[in-house]
Amino acid sequence: MTLVLRMIAQRLALGLLTLFVVSLLIFGATELLPGDFAEAVLGQAATPETVAAIRRELGLDQPLVLRYVDWLWGAVQFDFGSSLAQRNRAVSDLIATRLGNTLFLALYAAAMAVPLALTLGILAALWRNSLFDRVANSSALSAISFPEFFVAYILIYILAQGGWFPSMARLPAGADLGEKLYRAFLPALTLTLVVTAHMMRMTRAAIINLLASPYIEMARLKGMRPSRVIVHHALPNAIAPIVNVIAINLAYLITGVVVVEVVFVYPGLGQLMVDSVSRRDIPVVQAVALIFAAAYVLLNLTADVISTLSNPRLMHRK
Amino acid sequence: MADSDLLLDIRDLRIDGKAGDDWLPIVKGVNLTLKKGEVLGLIGESGAGKSTIGLAAMGFARDGCRISGGTIDFDGVDLRKSSQDNLRRLRGKRIAYVAQSAAASFNPAHKLMEQYVEAPVRHGVMGRSEAERDAVELYRKMQLPNPEEIGFRFPHQVSGGQLQRAMTAMAMSCRPDLIIFDEPTTALDVTTQIEVLAAIRDIVEQFGTSAIYITHDLAVVAQMADRIKILLRGEEVEEADTRTMLADPQEDYTKSLWAVRSFKRSAQDAPKSEPVVSVRNVSASYGPVQVLDDVSFDIHARRTVAVVGESGSGKSTAARVITGLLPPTHGEVLFDGTPLPADYRKRTRDQLRHAQMIYQMADTALNPKLTIRKLIGRPAQMYLGLRGRKLNERIRELLHLIEMEPDEFIDRLPSELSGGQKQRIGIARALAAEPRFIICDEVTSALDQIVAEGILKLLDRLQGELNLAYMFITHDLATVKAIADDVVVMQKGRVVEQGPKEEMFRPPHHPYTDLLLSSVPEMDPDWLTNLLEERKSKDHPTSADA
Repeated sequence: MTLVLRMIAQRLALGLLTLFVVSLLIFGATELLPGDFAEAVLGQAATPETVAAIRRELGLDQPLVLRYVDWLWGAVQFDFGSSLAQRNRAVSDLIATRLGNTLFLALYAAAMAVPLALTLGILAALWRNSLFDRVANSSALSAISFPEFFVAYILIYILAQGGWFPSMARLPAGADLGEKLYRAFLPALTLTLVVTAHMMRMTRAAIINLLASPYIEMARLKGMRPSRVIVHHALPNAIAPIVNVIAINLAYLITGVVVVEVVFVYPGLGQLMVDSVSRRDIPVVQAVALIFAAAYVLLNLTADVISTLSNPRLMHRK
Repeated sequence: MADSDLLLDIRDLRIDGKAGDDWLPIVKGVNLTLKKGEVLGLIGESGAGKSTIGLAAMGFARDGCRISGGTIDFDGVDLRKSSQDNLRRLRGKRIAYVAQSAAASFNPAHKLMEQYVEAPVRHGVMGRSEAERDAVELYRKMQLPNPEEIGFRFPHQVSGGQLQRAMTAMAMSCRPDLIIFDEPTTALDVTTQIEVLAAIRDIVEQFGTSAIYITHDLAVVAQMADRIKILLRGEEVEEADTRTMLADPQEDYTKSLWAVRSFKRSAQDAPKSEPVVSVRNVSASYGPVQVLDDVSFDIHARRTVAVVGESGSGKSTAARVITGLLPPTHGEVLFDGTPLPADYRKRTRDQLRHAQMIYQMADTALNPKLTIRKLIGRPAQMYLGLRGRKLNERIRELLHLIEMEPDEFIDRLPSELSGGQKQRIGIARALAAEPRFIICDEVTSALDQIVAEGILKLLDRLQGELNLAYMFITHDLATVKAIADDVVVMQKGRVVEQGPKEEMFRPPHHPYTDLLLSSVPEMDPDWLTNLLEERKSKDHPTSADA
């Protein structure tokens, strides 16, 4: 166990380092954006004097390094400054509800997609090359091949037109869980269709990859049922690759769902990010990007810990 | 009607293997019978179909194989006509299997006990706690250390010899009528092999279990089997009870198998010159673990030094130090009396050229994407700067040297060669650099005896023609007897004894050398019995499974 704890501590430290580097990149990248908030907000009315005045007011005229250090100092205390567009709102305020929404939708989709993908993957491995295998594979592939918005519109056409689920997923304040699940069902289903294929195919491949192992042959020669051979003998050895793919897909569910949010008018982080970029509301962009990076770091860490826990060679030394 | 004590009756068994889109016959009409309580030895080179037949006795065919003809009658049931469910009820319960590599055949994710109880519990033979008690009992019978506790370890925490015994115990878990042993000791050191052989023989005798014992090692089968059947390319050569077969083989092929161990190179003169390679007081370690401790030996031109020892004794590490792959922590390696830089990156091209290696697994040592021309041509090009027509001539010359027809082989890929041919290409590649010293790392242990014999003869001839010095790493003492001039015996990173071969094989020995020597199976069917009694009375030191 100490091994795992030490690994977690190490990886967290590394993760912090990664986040630091990411923060540099984000800061640099936002600097590279053409125009700044002052120009964006003034639009046609921009004169050199007004632009300079707004810049001075917001501190945008300070040197780059100074602004970065200032921002970083705030960020480590979870203070990302205040939004440029809505001057009296702290970035953390602005983000908090959106982050909650995004996590809710990601968890919702994952709760459907992960069990579905694992079950389908295991069954496809068990009945490989059967009709089931081919149907599961090809439907998963077609689901992943369509653009997300297309899948979303198809679902809206079928499920929302019929009046079963709302096509607008805006969550009213104070809605209870059942209400939330009902309203967010279509975006969650869209995401499920999008991420299942990848995880399912990896589960199938990771298991089939092991089926030529001598210990699988041994299990068969001990007269074990095919289902037991797959679930008890192959699956425990296939956990590492499967968990890693799940982690990548969960990260995608948190960071990459802006299209789905737009289609269903779901107030998540992705939309906030895109809006803020177009408004040059840099503090918000930076904070959201940092959250996305943190999601990747944490999910990968979790995947590595689970992989380690699943490997007796690492857990029980000689 | 078959007589009542007949357990297994295989008639005209035919098995095909898939090659591309075609099915090619692997087993071509073999008959096999086994009485209750009898042990049948199946012998043959690789590709003879012995494992395939062993699995067919369980009604099982590997992926890419199919049983295409014949009957497999197990205790009155035709396995070919049985449903998968019925077969499954037999497997593990009435017919069990012991695989070649226990390390690969135990599931790394589960503890030994978990895997042991699986068959008895799932087949409804006994409950879990009863099975666990029974496991401890069998572990004790198999003379495993800490029988109470060993079941609660994972496979990687247990040594190879112990795993092989644990696997035999697992096969016994349902007290089957028949066990298929598929080369159960091939992957083990000689010293460990003995203990496993003895344990297997005891337990099979004790429970009156019938067994099919598959191996390519004649001396091993002589200890284990009541009857021996010899196979060649999927067909039976002959069958007889063990003593008759050993004393009076009828077929030429059998006689040639028996003769394999007779190759012995002519004695060489004592060395006159300075040694080509001289290892001086070398110590080396992997991280904090010391693997070589003050090792010294010399290798002269036209002579072969065999370095022997169990796995983990430091044989291969010594080779890595000589080639500069592992710089030693202490000591040095001299070439022609001049110290070599410890790291190969600091050696000159000429220093590199003169020390070449031939590897155990020709399969993995040859780049599968390159033709023979490229494989052999590259070192000749790199070390000797040969180009164009000269290079071509040199490649052809090298192929002649290793007795392979250039026109036939020069543009083939490694995958189009047999195991023995691949190893010959490995030799040609080493020769292409025109070295004075070659390290042969277990070059024959992946080969069948007849093929191995050819390789040894070739190496011997080349040594005479090209004035080569060989360092021959092996754990097989029969090979040592055949080819060595000098022997270095290693144990736990130290040289325990060294000297000319004649002296080494003559008593008195160092106790470890004695243990190694006495552990090499002999063709005498009473050898194991006698040896065990002798050891019991002498209370020998044993180093295996320490």
